Order: sequence, then C-alpha cells, then structure tokens
Amino acid sequence: MTTKLRIERVTKRFPASAARGRGAASVDALTGVSLHVEEHEFVTLLGPSGCGKSTVCNIVAGLVPADEGTVTIDGTPLGATGSRVAYMQQKDLLLPWRTVVDNAALGLEVQGVDRAEAREEALGWLRTFGLEGFERAYPATLSGGMRQRVALVRTLLCRRDLLVLDEPFGALDAMTRSTMQDYLLRLREEFGRTVLFITHDVEEAVLLSDRVYVMTARPGRVRAEQAVPLERPRRPTDAGVVERKAQILAWLQPELLEASR
Amino acid sequence: MSTVDHHALPAAEERPAGTARWADRWTRWAGRAGPPAALLLVVLALWEWAVRAFGVPFYILPAPSRIAGVVIADHAMLLADAGVTLQEVFAGFAVAFVVGIGLALAIFSSRTVERAVYPLIIASQTVPVFAIAPLLIVWFGYGMASKVVMAALIVFFPIVVNTVDGLRAADPDMVNLLRILGARPRQILTKIRIPAALPFVFSGTRIAVATSVIGAVIGEWVGAARGLGFTMIHANAQLHVDVVFAAIVYLSVMALGLFVAVSAAEWLALPWRRAAGPGSR
Repeated sequence: MTTKLRIERVTKRFPASAARGRGAASVDALTGVSLHVEEHEFVTLLGPSGCGKSTVCNIVAGLVPADEGTVTIDGTPLGATGSRVAYMQQKDLLLPWRTVVDNAALGLEVQGVDRAEAREEALGWLRTFGLEGFERAYPATLSGGMRQRVALVRTLLCRRDLLVLDEPFGALDAMTRSTMQDYLLRLREEFGRTVLFITHDVEEAVLLSDRVYVMTARPGRVRAEQAVPLERPRRPTDAGVVERKAQILAWLQPELLEASR
Repeated sequence: MSTVDHHALPAAEERPAGTARWADRWTRWAGRAGPPAALLLVVLALWEWAVRAFGVPFYILPAPSRIAGVVIADHAMLLADAGVTLQEVFAGFAVAFVVGIGLALAIFSSRTVERAVYPLIIASQTVPVFAIAPLLIVWFGYGMASKVVMAALIVFFPIVVNTVDGLRAADPDMVNLLRILGARPRQILTKIRIPAALPFVFSGTRIAVATSVIGAVIGEWVGAARGLGFTMIHANAQLHVDVVFAAIVYLSVMALGLFVAVSAAEWLALPWRRAAGPGSR
C-alpha cells in the first residue's frame, strides 16, 4: 500500500481578527497535526467543533497555506500547482443559476472538458444516484438530500482520487444522512477512491471508516488513533461498533468539556 | 460504470415545486391587481364628478374624460413626441449601461480604481443632476444629444452601484469551490461573479429605466424643439392643461412599458430565480 496523503507536524495560527476586537491574541488553530491516509483507505478526522478539522481540510485542499509542517499527496509536497483533491463541504454550494446536470458537470467544465461531453458523463452519474428526471431542475426546487447528492456527484466527477469530505452530511436529517452514508460506501467500494472524512459524529465515524483520528479541542492536534477493522455493512448496534464508539467517546469526553468552556 | 444496484437506491423524495397551474396564477394576479385598479377608478370618478359639480375650468383642471379625449384625438402628435423622447431614453440608457457595467467591472477588479473612483461616484450623487440641465443644453445643444446625456447621467448611478454590489455578492465559498476545481480567474468571473451579479444588475436597471424617462423630460423642458417634455411646456404656456395631462399619460405609459420590458427580460434571463419561487428575491 502506498501513502496517498501525509500530513506532518502541521501548524496553523490565525491572526487576531478585527471581529475579536483590538489587542486580541492570535489564535492557534492547529499545533503539530500529523496523520496519513493510505491509498483506498477511508480515514476520518473526528473532533469537537472548533478544533480545526476544517482548517486541516482547507490546508489539504490548498485553500490556505500551513504555517509550519508539510503536506504531501502521492509523495509530492503541496505547492503552487493548485488543488489536487476533490472537496466537498456541509454546504452543497450548488450554483443556483445552473441546472442539476450543469452543476454536476462543473468540475469537468472548469478542467476544460467539452461541455456536451461533461454533461453526458454527469447524466450517467445522476441516474446512478437516483436523480433521474431532475437533470434539468434548478437546485432551489430540490430537497436537502437531493442537493447533497448532486454535490457528491460533482465532487466525484472532478477526476481526482483523493476525496476530502468536510462534514458533508452534517446538515441532513438522520434518515437522509444514513442513506447518503450508504451511497458513499458503495461508491468507494466500486471506485476505490481514497477518502479523508471530517465529522463530529462518533457513530458516523465508526460506521464508515477504516481508521479514525481523534482531535483535541483548540488548539487542535491528534490525540488518538483508532483502527476499525470491521466488516461492512456495519450497524450501530454491532458489538464491535459499540465497543469502538465507547473507546472514542472516552477520549473525546475531556475534549468536549474543554471545547464547551 | 453504473453497476450500483438501482433498486436499493432511495426513490426521489419530491417533485420540483413551482409548477402552479395557469388558472391559479391568473387568480393570484387578479387578486393583486384588483384593489389598486378599483382605487384608481374611484379616484378618477371622484375627479370627474368634482370638476363637473364645481364647474372647474379645463385650463385649471380638466376632467379625466376630457384628457382621454385629447389622448385619443391628438394621438398622432403625441405619439411622434413620445417617439422622440423614447429614442432619447434608449440612447441615454444604452450609453449609461455600457459605461456603467464597464466601470463597475473596473471598480471590482482593481483596488486602485475602486479607491479613486468609487467615492467620487457616490459623492457625485449630492449634485442635483437637474440643476446642470441648463449647462448640458449649452454644451450639447437643443437637439437630442443633451437629453441623451441627461438620461445617461441619471441612469448611470444605480447601474454602477448595483453591479458593484452584485459582483461582490458571490458566495466566497462558491469562489473557493471553483478555485479547488482549478478554475482560472476568468472562469471565476464568468461562472460565479457575473451570474451572481445579474439579479442586482436587473434591479438597478428597473430603478434606472423609470428615472431615465424623467431625465429626458427635464432635458426637454429646459430646451428642445420636440418630444413630450417640449410639448408639455409649450401647452402649459398656452393654458392647454388638458394637453399637458395627455402628455403625462403618454409618459406614464412609456415608463410603465419600459419597466415591464425590463421585468420581462429579467424573467427570461434568470429562469433559476423563478424556480426559487416567490419570496426569494
């Protein structure tokens, strides 16, 4: 197995913003975060809100630079070559003026693929995702779950084999969320993409991942690592799942207290 | 590629909304248009009655029926005048639109331009444009040019300000999304900024189009040989108040028509706003 993504001792500090008032100290978002994701692996980064999970994502996506430390994808350091991951957030970020199919094809279009060809490819995927009949609809007419599925298709379609998913299902209701999790797992099995998944939901982490990193409250760093070598599909009531949830929660408890202070 | 089991996938949860029946739409429209139309009729009836009951002479206040008579009888002259005014409005509007959008893009893309130009544009709004109308006549003559400049000056501001606001309104997360997908700055402009700005451009245009008529008319008041504004001043001097009112009717219909035309263009150009349904503005 080769390492897809390696993050080593990454530190990020945000300057005091005007919003926090004059004289406010700068904020340490991340202090020495190290983790790695092997090829075809599903790794989850779990932590209390405000612990810097999203900052890790933004650094991996190339949106913000790390202050210290290194990030390598496929052995090449993250540099000025632009973003090399497929990125998805909690907000679906569908462009309201584009139809479902044109939203799904956005990544291909930006990469210079012919528009008709991009649409053709998107249409096939939308059918796979149960969005048949909605190809020409505008996002405003879709439910939250459908919108997020379109966003997932757009993410998958941008032809990058490392997916960075930043709480992609965080805004969905429990039923829709569990359906989306099924989709994600099935897709991963089929296409063998590598996934770095962010969540603050312990159960979601254990149900989906091969490995889970638990982060501390701010300033964020990795506190523990939990492998989840269980067969899929997993159910929340499986003994192995329950046991690992308990272990992770035991690590998280003090951090949650810290975060709520 | 789609070996994923179809039947295990959840069915679509909802149908797209916003496909109301035409009959429903008509009923809703009538419900909204009815009350103001009724009120207008009541006012006109009261006006008619008052003029007759108190014997108000037509050179002070003509009755609506008399104005309607002039609107019909003098339609050849008034339509010709309206054509002149409309041309001035169109030309002024076109100039302001092209220059305004161009300047808005420059203000948006360059900090320097923004810092130097934007405050001046805002400050220029304290100068009453109508006060410089006589100057414009001196500079651009009695012909169409002075009215075109007048209309353009008035329309310019709402277009620039709204377009700049619109270009800035794009969701920064969407811009980041495009960056991650590897978009070049030009793609970010055409795929995100400009589509996001369009609703703002249209609302600026809707404001501007009505005021552009005012600009052209003021220009004609100050000095002209043709146009509805010219006819109004001329008729007023001769106490043909009914002709003045008839000209106002033509002007109102013109402004209303322009407003409707812009709204229709918006309806056609932004289908996704319709999809969002009522209350999404």
